[in-house]
Amino acid sequence: MPLFILRRVLQAVMVMLTVAFIAFLMFRFLGDPVNSIVSQDATQVEREQVRERLGLDDPLLVQYGRFVVDAARGDFGMSYRNARPVSALLAERFPATAELVLVAALMSLAIGIPFGIYTALRPRGVLSQALQIVSLIGISLPTFVTGILLILCFSVWLGWLPSFGRGEVVDIGWWSTGFLTASGLKALILPSFMLCIFQLTLIMRLVRAEMLEVMRTDYIKFARARGLKARAINFRHALKNTLIPVVTIFGLQLGGLIAFAIITETVFQWPGMGALFIQAVNFTDVPVMAAYLVLVSLIFVVINTSVDLLYNVIDPRLRTERKPATNAGI
Amino acid sequence: MATLAARLRSFTAGDLFYSFRRSRTTVLATTVLALMMLGALLAPLVAPHDPFDIASLSLLDSELPPAWMEGSNPAYWLGTDTQARDVFSSILYGLRISLFVGAASVLLAAVLGVFLGLVGGYFGGLLDAVIMRVADVLLSFPAILVALLINGVLRGILPAGQQESAALIVLVLSIGLTNWVQYARTVRGSTLVERQREYVQAARTIGVGSLRIMRAHILPNVLGPVLVIATINLGMAVLTEATLSFLGVGMPATMPSLGTLIRVGNEYLFSGIWWVVIFPSATLAILVLAVNLLGDWLRDALNPKLR
Amino acid sequence: MKRLLLAATAATLVGLSAAAPASAAEIRYASAGDIYGLDPHSMTDSFSINFLQHIYEPLVRYSKDLKIEPALAERWEAVQPDVVRYHLRQGVKFHDGAAFTADDVVVSLKRATHEKSPIKGNLPALKDVVKIDDFTVDLHLTGPTPLLNNFLTNMSIFDAGWLEANNAVEPVNAQQGEEGFTTRNANGTGPFKLESRRPDAQTVLLANEDWWDTPQHNLTKIIHTPIGSDATRVAALLSGEIDIIVPSPLQDAGRIANSAGVKVLEAPGLRTIMMGFNIKDELNDGDVEGNPFQNPAVRKAVYQAINMDLIRDRIMRGKSRNAGALVAPEVPGFDAAVNERFAHDLEAAKAALAEAGYPNGFQFNMNCPNDAYVNDEEICQAMAAMLAQAGLKPKLVTEARTLHFQKALAGQADLFMLGWATLPMLDGYSVLSAMLHSPDDKLGTWNPGGYVNAKLDELTEQVDVELDEEKRRALMVEAFAIARDEVAWLPLHQQPLSWATRDNVHVEQTADDLLRLWYAKVD
Repeated sequence: MPLFILRRVLQAVMVMLTVAFIAFLMFRFLGDPVNSIVSQDATQVEREQVRERLGLDDPLLVQYGRFVVDAARGDFGMSYRNARPVSALLAERFPATAELVLVAALMSLAIGIPFGIYTALRPRGVLSQALQIVSLIGISLPTFVTGILLILCFSVWLGWLPSFGRGEVVDIGWWSTGFLTASGLKALILPSFMLCIFQLTLIMRLVRAEMLEVMRTDYIKFARARGLKARAINFRHALKNTLIPVVTIFGLQLGGLIAFAIITETVFQWPGMGALFIQAVNFTDVPVMAAYLVLVSLIFVVINTSVDLLYNVIDPRLRTERKPATNAGI
Repeated sequence: MATLAARLRSFTAGDLFYSFRRSRTTVLATTVLALMMLGALLAPLVAPHDPFDIASLSLLDSELPPAWMEGSNPAYWLGTDTQARDVFSSILYGLRISLFVGAASVLLAAVLGVFLGLVGGYFGGLLDAVIMRVADVLLSFPAILVALLINGVLRGILPAGQQESAALIVLVLSIGLTNWVQYARTVRGSTLVERQREYVQAARTIGVGSLRIMRAHILPNVLGPVLVIATINLGMAVLTEATLSFLGVGMPATMPSLGTLIRVGNEYLFSGIWWVVIFPSATLAILVLAVNLLGDWLRDALNPKLR
Repeated sequence: MKRLLLAATAATLVGLSAAAPASAAEIRYASAGDIYGLDPHSMTDSFSINFLQHIYEPLVRYSKDLKIEPALAERWEAVQPDVVRYHLRQGVKFHDGAAFTADDVVVSLKRATHEKSPIKGNLPALKDVVKIDDFTVDLHLTGPTPLLNNFLTNMSIFDAGWLEANNAVEPVNAQQGEEGFTTRNANGTGPFKLESRRPDAQTVLLANEDWWDTPQHNLTKIIHTPIGSDATRVAALLSGEIDIIVPSPLQDAGRIANSAGVKVLEAPGLRTIMMGFNIKDELNDGDVEGNPFQNPAVRKAVYQAINMDLIRDRIMRGKSRNAGALVAPEVPGFDAAVNERFAHDLEAAKAALAEAGYPNGFQFNMNCPNDAYVNDEEICQAMAAMLAQAGLKPKLVTEARTLHFQKALAGQADLFMLGWATLPMLDGYSVLSAMLHSPDDKLGTWNPGGYVNAKLDELTEQVDVELDEEKRRALMVEAFAIARDEVAWLPLHQQPLSWATRDNVHVEQTADDLLRLWYAKVD
């Protein structure tokens, strides 16, 4: 058991190092930050000075080594653009993204599961068919188009919801939250809905498929034969069995939400990590880009490793092999 | 020839075709998809204009509305964009690029995934472990981030002058290399099962080569699920291309895919020339919807549990 | 009739409430990007520096018609050709209550020109600052500097005591891994003081009640939000969440103008957009021997193949001002005769190409940004089509500005786009020194094509030190006339300023495209 844990942790570290290297390598080629930093009028000598100051003249491996050692200490260096420590920038932005992703995740469960159950129980119903088609159309459009359409509809035409930003936020220590003000809650609705459309559809379809399958199993048929009420069958037996894969998928999909938040945050000017990342890309702000990728990878690796370890605790037979994530096929 | 006809007959008489014909949505989706593919394939013949031939563009014809509106020119029945490109022709050519990126990346992912899955499942051991760990890592990352990463690395490797012309290849590689894991896992699972079957064991004992066993006995058994994954991934790949384009790493504006057309058109949403964004968006949505519907049906039809 | 009136009033009221106007004299302002920090000495970005001039002030500033006017200095005179004396304003207080004195000027200017300072290039001639008394300082220069005041408009004055107390006398150095105090805190003498700031989300400024100048604004509060997406920014204005957006996308002007409660502000700007040529011995991506662009006749053929009237009418929606000179009419060095464009003439262009030995044209790469200038990507696509019609084979690449400028500066582009507003100098010398002088270690930093003309070099160096304004301008006009005849650069147009506000907001739209809210009024 300890050996297994050790192996998983080592593996996680290897993954992180690889990600850091790729991220670092990639951004080294993405554009010359010196042009963003110096003025248009700067002379060649001044450009060289900036280059030297930023350590951009060192060999690539030296720069990478420095990056890894610093990163391990939580020091990602200074942002070229903001002239502030990257770790402080990310910490500042993390709450915005975390709240957005959390609300989107809850929304996808709160809407996806009931819809999934409904469409499974009434597969031929008009509403079921409509729900399935609408959800499919929802994921057939690129999310940035959906986002703009949401703004056009709910902000410009109806004037109900804000088109950008987080509204008023309250600071609790270093965490800034939008949950405690009316404007903060209102500002969450459109972006988190845009973000969750994909996951919502995924969960709805997964619940439907699993439910349909469970309903066909012998044990449900027995239950029915025993004369149990439909409601009891549906909810006590069928649903319970359905939810296990849903939970698995849900954990893995959190990562997807964080990544797609990049697009949501760009459209809604949401001051989170994704928006920071895209700005950094436009500015060739290498430290911020590298730190973002490392941080997001870290979140994924932690989620995955925990899921693995958890499985291991629950079911020792799965010692080396995790059940492959069911891909509900979208 | 006779065997082909016989095969065709047995297919049309078979379960699959019956289930296909019974589902009207699927028939419709397939028809739409076929038409789009045909239009894309034959774009140079079908399209009234060549949007890539910049010398033929005249700004005097820019921003003409669709043919049924006032001030239009019937030569451009879906109107023209800000560069005077015919919107209908741009959509056909854009569709061509989007479908090419989609199909090529799916093919790449499928070939790579099936190969790695087969090899890993069949031989097992260290090779398998390495493949599966890499797969684990990739699977735990959102496709869009991995695609961004691969895209960045490829752009870094290519010399400055080549980047734009290589945009197509870069896109195919970044989307394809992101998506092979699903295939590999599915194929590996089936391979593990098939390998234990008696006929395979028998074949091995009489000295049939590994390659031959994999090709003749195992591969046919895993093609069904691979087909399902491929269909569903085609829609995803087309959408991923559009999203990458929004993030600034897609096709250049001079050679637009559907995603690029939408990204550029998006900037004109408030300006009144809605046709430059609505038509490409609708085309993309219909394309992805059709692919998804087909994928849905295929999955249900090939799932023995749902028969 | 009465009922009709009533209905009309009701409609107006509904319109108003939907617009949710800002409470009196508060203004909500959205720009495309955020400022880079709160320290005006740590950046060269003209947008950020201008925003920070709401908080910090220079010795002299630009007025609304872009003339130099006194700010923290009341008057000045040259003591010697290379020493200028500034008499400072008395009774000025920083936001924290400290009094403004000569020490603040000495420390601030030394900080800005410190060798670690990123903006030391904006005041290259300064050798030393000497305090004469509490309200007089002498600026010692490397030589006669006709543009000294223009440079000084960008040099914000900090409180020396505040800098010292917070260990911030040295400019912020990103490499040392320490966060500069001045990046997150601000204490100036300007018309507004910092209330709060969340980077990339919101910066709030409050009016400074103790400002030394008579306020021409009636604001109590500025709430600034960066909104990167054009569509979202326009939506926020239309939905009444924002009072003013800068910039407002050109193509949305019609839609905004037709919406109730909002208006569009447009004017020609200072920024001249132009194309630069690679004039080195080989093309980067050519299909012919040598470099045809070395021949001025070929450059002129490219010039004449482009129909700027059509680009103005279609892509710029009639809002741009076509240019023949490399500077805008507002900038010293401009001359109407030089600004005359060579006529668009496709046949002449083809004939010239044939005569130069390229009857079938030739191939070259053409690089443009897609996020730097107004409709830059669209302009370049249209130009590429026009060049193709003249038989040339441009290979157009459009990309993000960082990548574009990197390639252009490295000389990897055969034909590339560049915009030049001459900020912060507001003088033709900016173009001469950076773009027309042959590249050396100080001048010609934006001449990556390698254009060399001895006469232009000589004129540039004369302009640098000529103190007689008449003569200086004549020299610049002479230089720009040579550049025009030689087609050293291919000028296109001055891009328009395009802002949009709610109807109750009144601002001064200055030609440098910078929003100065100390002239803003809200009804």
